[in-house]
Amino acid sequence: MSTTTAPNEPAQQLRTRRPLRPATVAKNLGALLLALVFVFPVYWMFSSALKPNSEILTKDPVFVFTPTLDNFTKATGVENFWTYVTNSLVVTVGAVLLALLVALAASFAIARMKFKGRKGLVLGVMMAQMAPWEVMVIAMYMIMRDAEMLNSLGVLTAIYFVMVLPFTIWTLRGFIAAVPVTLEEAAQIDGCTRGQAFRKVIFPLLAPGLMSTSLFGFITAWNEFAMVLILNKDKTAQTLPLWLTQFKTAFGNDWGATMAASSIFAIPVLVIFIFLQRKAVGGMTAGAVKG
Amino acid sequence: MTVHSQGATTSAPQDAPHQSAGRPKAQSPAAGPRPTPPRGGRKQLPSGWLPYLLVLPAVASMALLLLYPLIKNVILSFQDINKIEFIQRKYPFGGFANYTQLIGDSNFWTVVVRSFLFTFANVALIMVIGSLIGILLNRLGKWMRLVLSMALVMAWAMPIVASVQVFYWLFDEQFGVMNWVMRTLGFSGYEQHNWFETGLSTLTIVTLLVVWGSIPFVALNMYAGLTTVGAELYEAARMDGANGWQTFWKVVFPNLKPFFLVTTFLEVIWVFKAFTQVYAMNKGGPDRASEILPVFAYVEGQSQAHYGLAAAISVLTILILLVVMSFYFRLILKQEEEQ
Repeated sequence: MSTTTAPNEPAQQLRTRRPLRPATVAKNLGALLLALVFVFPVYWMFSSALKPNSEILTKDPVFVFTPTLDNFTKATGVENFWTYVTNSLVVTVGAVLLALLVALAASFAIARMKFKGRKGLVLGVMMAQMAPWEVMVIAMYMIMRDAEMLNSLGVLTAIYFVMVLPFTIWTLRGFIAAVPVTLEEAAQIDGCTRGQAFRKVIFPLLAPGLMSTSLFGFITAWNEFAMVLILNKDKTAQTLPLWLTQFKTAFGNDWGATMAASSIFAIPVLVIFIFLQRKAVGGMTAGAVKG
Repeated sequence: MTVHSQGATTSAPQDAPHQSAGRPKAQSPAAGPRPTPPRGGRKQLPSGWLPYLLVLPAVASMALLLLYPLIKNVILSFQDINKIEFIQRKYPFGGFANYTQLIGDSNFWTVVVRSFLFTFANVALIMVIGSLIGILLNRLGKWMRLVLSMALVMAWAMPIVASVQVFYWLFDEQFGVMNWVMRTLGFSGYEQHNWFETGLSTLTIVTLLVVWGSIPFVALNMYAGLTTVGAELYEAARMDGANGWQTFWKVVFPNLKPFFLVTTFLEVIWVFKAFTQVYAMNKGGPDRASEILPVFAYVEGQSQAHYGLAAAISVLTILILLVVMSFYFRLILKQEEEQ
């Protein structure tokens, strides 16, 4: 923050020793309350997942309990569970890797080369980034049905790839443009070819960009619900988002299993996100509010 | 997602110096050990086929899986496809029948109004609360800030499908924790309160979910933005005798205006097509009373087998989104010119 510069340090320390002002107390209490509100649903998901059923189905919630893995056993014990897992992984990782590769080429051309139609392409990418995929499900369903390509993991991978592609191009383009051309030129003067200059100079500098874009790509594809819902009715071609919803039936909702399934589904995303969030926020705002 | 403005603001000044970078490959080996890079000469070199080759995979895939479905959507909206036509795979041309049917249908207009109100309420809440939390983050001490940001990151990171399940569970009729909270706070009538009784109450829960999930993005980016507003600016404002409110509107806001505008438009676009939250929560129910436009299209198509009509709803939804997006793009282009 702004006050952490060296000359301010002593003043800062003095201030903390003073008796607390009511405004400071209110500020911190408010923050604590907000933190509780935001974290509670996540906490409740995990705690419900770990509770025995008798302590889930109570009028007054139970906060202290002996954790059990029963719900996890039940949630992962359903038919096709491992198929859902592999499907989700294949589709997500496939889409992200493909997008990175294709976007790297395209964004390099957009950021560093002059060619006819460049402006149009930039505009196209901008618009594609906001493509209303959720609104296109019916058309996509008709296309894939007529092409006899429903229940295909390849189709799903391809769609997710195009979903994350515009964002990937856009971010990488910004990161490539931020690398000074003089660096690249210096490498070329030192005897690098254009390709080498890209690999040895630009590519390492792109690491944070690649990180944050694959993070967002992964989350987008991992969480995708509408397309897989309409396209893949066959259970063996479904992904984890649909697995989560199957414990709520007309005969009653198995909340323990639903929460266990939700936890399993959310954990990878939570871990990745916490790991990379600094880069995510920084990487995004470095451009957005550079001013 | 805020990266949009980045491209727009950086492209104009940055592209100019290296426009000539796209030299043909044959030139590079010879150019290696040259003593002085011939700047003037490079500018005349044509960029050749390389850039086209590089963008081809991206363009082709987007054309096939994005542009074509969009066109197909428009075509479908002019066809008369119901259950029988769907099974026979014969799609007769129906002219504007789907559109006239929609325009004359009061249900459609209800859904349109509902979608607008839903979007407005969500975006307003997200932007106001998100910005306030961003400002709060900026004023907190190191530890409290860490605690609050971690909580925000948790909410941000939660996959939508999972958080829908959690919210449904929180608001469960029999054993949901929210009924207990209401009872504990002393409200009566929450013994077995059904939070999903009406369309409005269902959408209220969805709104809570959307706002909860979207605030972290706004708050954390707002905080990150605030730290880029130089300390000397705050200092100067304080010297000039500005209070907190004035400092915000005169110093912080002008600096973060691009961020506010871009984020608001993004949230509008994002909330307007919030299919997953609404559909996974209650499938647009009860009695189709919580359907917003994308869910309306989905249900008309999938459950009612009115494929042509569903396509028409989609087209109209996309047109509305295009109007919003055109404002957004004008904004971005204007920012680019100003830079």
